[in-house]
Amino acid sequence: MNAVNAADTSFIIFATALVMLMTPGLALFYGGMVRRKNVLSTTVHSYAAMVIVSLQWVLIGYTLCFGKDFAGIIGNFQFLGLHGVGFLPNPDYAATIPQSVFMLFQLMFAIITPALISGAIAERMKFLAFAIFILLWSTLVYDPIAHWVWGAGGWLRTLGALDFAGGNVVHISSGISALVVAIVIGKRKKLKSITPHNLPMTLLGAGILWFGWFGFNAGSALAVNGVALNAFITTNTSAAAGALAWSICELVVRKKVSTLGIASGLVVGLVAITPGAGFVSPLSSILIGGIGGALCFFCVTVVKQKFGYDDALDAFGCHGIGGIWGGIATGIFASKAINSAGANGLIYGNIKLLGIQLIAILATVAYSAIMTFIILKVLGKFMTLRVTSDEESNGLDVSQHGEEAYGGIDI
Amino acid sequence: MDEKFSKIDIITSSSKFDELKEALNGIGISGMTVSNVLGCGIQKGHKEFYRGLALDINLLPKIKVEIVVCDVPVDLVVETAKKVLHTGKMGDGKIFIYDVKNIIRISNGAEGRDSLRYDD
Repeated sequence: MNAVNAADTSFIIFATALVMLMTPGLALFYGGMVRRKNVLSTTVHSYAAMVIVSLQWVLIGYTLCFGKDFAGIIGNFQFLGLHGVGFLPNPDYAATIPQSVFMLFQLMFAIITPALISGAIAERMKFLAFAIFILLWSTLVYDPIAHWVWGAGGWLRTLGALDFAGGNVVHISSGISALVVAIVIGKRKKLKSITPHNLPMTLLGAGILWFGWFGFNAGSALAVNGVALNAFITTNTSAAAGALAWSICELVVRKKVSTLGIASGLVVGLVAITPGAGFVSPLSSILIGGIGGALCFFCVTVVKQKFGYDDALDAFGCHGIGGIWGGIATGIFASKAINSAGANGLIYGNIKLLGIQLIAILATVAYSAIMTFIILKVLGKFMTLRVTSDEESNGLDVSQHGEEAYGGIDI
Repeated sequence: MDEKFSKIDIITSSSKFDELKEALNGIGISGMTVSNVLGCGIQKGHKEFYRGLALDINLLPKIKVEIVVCDVPVDLVVETAKKVLHTGKMGDGKIFIYDVKNIIRISNGAEGRDSLRYDD
């Protein structure tokens, strides 16, 4: 009899659907923050990721991440075209659920990661260039990093780096890459006067992200167990702490709490807890989310202004910085009592884990930045990445897609 | 035909619109065109914040009420509007008065004074 556990399997199938919904949620979150004339363009970046990565994954993505290890850096072609991926569990990753469920669950992470990058280049990147960019990025950046951190034999996993649900793999990689793309593509015109066109849409997106994140973090336990439930609790708690911290910062600096601030703070709280959700205690998660909220508030409101890069929707400010803090926080607050498969962090007297986390963070940052830069430069030889000045003024919905989101006059 | 038609634009904040409409109905004006507009004048705006961006907003939402009259005296319309909308503070709005060359009702082709009459 095979070792498939019905409860675990049902849970991970459900978690897969939850994480899937996060990408449309991201589309709403980002869409509401851009100008009306670019809302379709921004929305479709997320849906393009769903389409492109879904196909890339079954052909080559899954095997590069989780195939038999080669030199600690990449998986082999064992599972090319999902060959050998079926109902039988893969004990390297999840011994009680079918490998096909594990594969599908992981696909949803692979999808949302490049979608996050779209936040940095909103309102000015050519759609076809973006589409090809994410195909290359998923294959050359996401898949290797996922293998290093989660793959059996991956060098960061072997080193002992802890990344429960993708702080490194999803948030740091996309956040740093987003910064690189934002700088390479350049700033939008008339930056100082761009405001969100539909904040209710953004708030709805944030709520859907919070909801889906339960699948993202709790589901990463890959089973119904104490660790999964711990992750569920820390995820929710960190989101709340992040929102509160950002709100307090706003109250102090601007005397008003904004809805965009609450939405941003909760997302940052969720990002910060992602690497440690199944390793830290609920009380630690209050600090993790809270400090993350304040740190990212500072990054988004002060640092970005000072350095002048146009990370339009703060993919770097929220996911990059939030993910880096989360990785460090995991090195501080991780507890073997919460998860015996993990390790103890700094507060339990172990500085080794923090050192390993820093190595993992640095490796992710360096590789993401360099590889993304190379991809952009190569791609730029074959096509222009940025729309023309007129196209940017008229809006990308019309220039890239031939559509108007909300129509002209009512007829 | 020596009729004089006048167009009266009233630009004001939306908070008193219902009272204005009722008052205008009371003096015999039942037809008007109302639009949402943004305006600035001497009224101070406010600050808005979106993450790292702080903005001074001085284009404020207002409504614009457009009326064309013939028989109803222009002065009566202006006095009525002022009575309803006046608070003495900035932001009460403005009234503009123009001459109109002709008016045509599309449904029956009536022109001039007849096109404004609704009692047939």
